[in-house]
Amino acid sequence: MQDLEKYILRIADTSLILGQRLSEWCSNGPTLEEDIALSNISLDLFGQANGLLEYVSKLNGVKSADEIAFKRNERQFYNLQICEQDNGHFGETIIRQFLCDSYFKLFYLSLADSKDETLSAIAHKSLKEVEYHLRHSSNWVIRLGDGTKESNDKIQQSLNQIWKYTGEFFEMDELDNKMLEKNIGVDNINLKVKWDIIINKTLNQAKLSRPEDGYMMSGSKKGLHTEFLGKLLAQMQYLPRAYPNAKW
Amino acid sequence: MQSGKIEEIWTLLGSVPDPEIPVISVVELGVIRDVKFVDNEYIILVTPTYSGCPAVKTFQDDIKIQLKKNNIPNFKIEIVYKPAWTTEWMSKATKDKLMKYGISPPEKYAQCPQCSSRNIELISEFGATACKSLYKCSDCLEPFEHFKCI
Repeated sequence: MQDLEKYILRIADTSLILGQRLSEWCSNGPTLEEDIALSNISLDLFGQANGLLEYVSKLNGVKSADEIAFKRNERQFYNLQICEQDNGHFGETIIRQFLCDSYFKLFYLSLADSKDETLSAIAHKSLKEVEYHLRHSSNWVIRLGDGTKESNDKIQQSLNQIWKYTGEFFEMDELDNKMLEKNIGVDNINLKVKWDIIINKTLNQAKLSRPEDGYMMSGSKKGLHTEFLGKLLAQMQYLPRAYPNAKW
Repeated sequence: MQSGKIEEIWTLLGSVPDPEIPVISVVELGVIRDVKFVDNEYIILVTPTYSGCPAVKTFQDDIKIQLKKNNIPNFKIEIVYKPAWTTEWMSKATKDKLMKYGISPPEKYAQCPQCSSRNIELISEFGATACKSLYKCSDCLEPFEHFKCI
């Protein structure tokens, strides 16, 4: 696989897998409004993934976007591990979304300057959407954190549990460095300072304490994942694999 | 083949309604960016409203049906992402249509389409479609949708 294809797959898979996770809330939301909100965010993420996978498909010249999404196995996915984590309760989903949205905003802001015109265009488009998502998730973090003792306890615990997956946002490997040198990719390390500002401000407002940086999970850039991805893929890919000629 | 049908295509596109908000056309929505004639083929440049909006696929199909029905077989639809779609491309006339239809148009402050009150309350940042949020009028108490500014 070419470098550029693999680089785009990382971004596409991250949107695709988080979109799939969020779609599990459809018909299970705590209120009708939140059910619709999470499903809408999921749709935006699927749309972003689709645009990116169509681009990979074009570069690849052999496989369609659908084939790339549905005919790869666990170790061939490069999404950030935070995206595949179980939804848990509403607070867990919201804190995961908030951490991801703040990262997406900065990532797309930077990718918008990419020398690759297609990537830059998709980044511009996605940025508008993720900024709106961030507004939604931030408001909920504040509402739950600065809510009752129970809601504060629960969301603080969710934050503590998921924190170890935030290290991957800022990792750089050989491929990232290559893409950065070509002015195509993003300098992930550079995003950290601004991410800290967003996170600290909202957590402070939400009366939540920021966890210490301890052991950080890693490996998705090499296709290594947690136990949750396999089950997610089993559900997501079942239909096109069981009925290869199915049309929808 | 000639390139003389560009104007006709624009007129035909003007008769393709938005699948979710049929009171406005895809041209009024601002998603048709250009119609060009290249290598004996009309190219219709379309930009999505929201990346994942299901209506995007539907109105592409509607465009294909409309053009084929009117004897224009040599065309293709291309998706463009830049410049990203913005509600600023909607004209005042289009916004008035939305208001009349019962949707508060994409302006900074929502307005009740029933009684024109600005005394309103946000119920949810996400509505029935990606492009709308949900409000309630504090004067006439009717709920309504607001087309989000993007």
